[in-house]
Amino acid sequence: MDALTLDGNAVAGLLHEVFGTEMTVATGTCGSCGASGQIGAVHVFRSAGVVLRCSWCGNVLAKIVRQEMQACVDLSGLSGLAYVHHTGA
Amino acid sequence: MAGTAVLGRLTWLVAEVAAAIPETERARTLVLDAPGWSSHRAGQHLDVRLTAEDGYQAQRSYSIASAPGEPLAITVERLEDGEVSPYLVDEAAESDGFEIRGPIGGYFVWEPTDRRPVLLVGGGSGVVPLMAMIRERAAAGSDVDMRLLYSSRSWDDVIYRDELGRLAGRGLTVAHTLTRSQPDGWNGYARRVDAEMLTDVGPASGDRPHVYVCGPTPLVEAVAATLVELGHEPQRIKTERFGPTGG
Repeated sequence: MDALTLDGNAVAGLLHEVFGTEMTVATGTCGSCGASGQIGAVHVFRSAGVVLRCSWCGNVLAKIVRQEMQACVDLSGLSGLAYVHHTGA
Repeated sequence: MAGTAVLGRLTWLVAEVAAAIPETERARTLVLDAPGWSSHRAGQHLDVRLTAEDGYQAQRSYSIASAPGEPLAITVERLEDGEVSPYLVDEAAESDGFEIRGPIGGYFVWEPTDRRPVLLVGGGSGVVPLMAMIRERAAAGSDVDMRLLYSSRSWDDVIYRDELGRLAGRGLTVAHTLTRSQPDGWNGYARRVDAEMLTDVGPASGDRPHVYVCGPTPLVEAVAATLVELGHEPQRIKTERFGPTGG
């Protein structure tokens, strides 16, 4: 699959798998420019893994690589991530 | 922060095609029977997973077209080099099965109890989640001021054309723009969505409408930027992009 510019909505299922809850309404804060916004609105590039970038400055917020029953998650570009955890889909 | 996460629960269900409804040359609606499916909110998606005989799996996310409470339906547009959409548009037949999971996403969602005016801007099959909102508005008997500006290549590419015509009125406005070709006698818009068109269709930014924009990335970027120039508050503009390929 080609790298695509999408947004956080497109990887809502993957994020749900990784965090165990709905994440598109979570608020992320960019560790580079400090912009804060909902994860559904961030830019997403998808190739072998998924890269989330700040829609204001382009900083890489998060990288997720999923393989079989494991997911490798790098959130080093976020200075904050606030979400409500509730069970169920 | 870096580490390995154990995957959470989002259960795959087996869905059976209950009906297949052609919409346009390139788009088809599949009504799905999925025991165990929980109700969704207008604007949410589901993931579809196809498994080949050799075990190869392909997974894509599709917007739900039906209103909550209606039989679950997705509308899929065929992307010529796609792995999943050609099967869903051309091959899947009644009683065929595949896996789905969801509903997914809480960002691009409209609640019928919200009385604020709504502007919906859709390009191509980006109309699908917007249609779920329009259908939910109708099902709820709501008179909320809702306006759809829908960009298609041609009249034959307009998905849900007849149903939109039937639902228009009683507070729902439907405006079409046809960007590539127009039928004889067409007196609607015939260009890409621009500031003048958004101003015509309204509601004005001063009415502080909720705005939902869904379509190909270039359309979404252009429309969102224009709406901000027109004074709409960025936090009221919800966008959903899909790439030019990858279905």
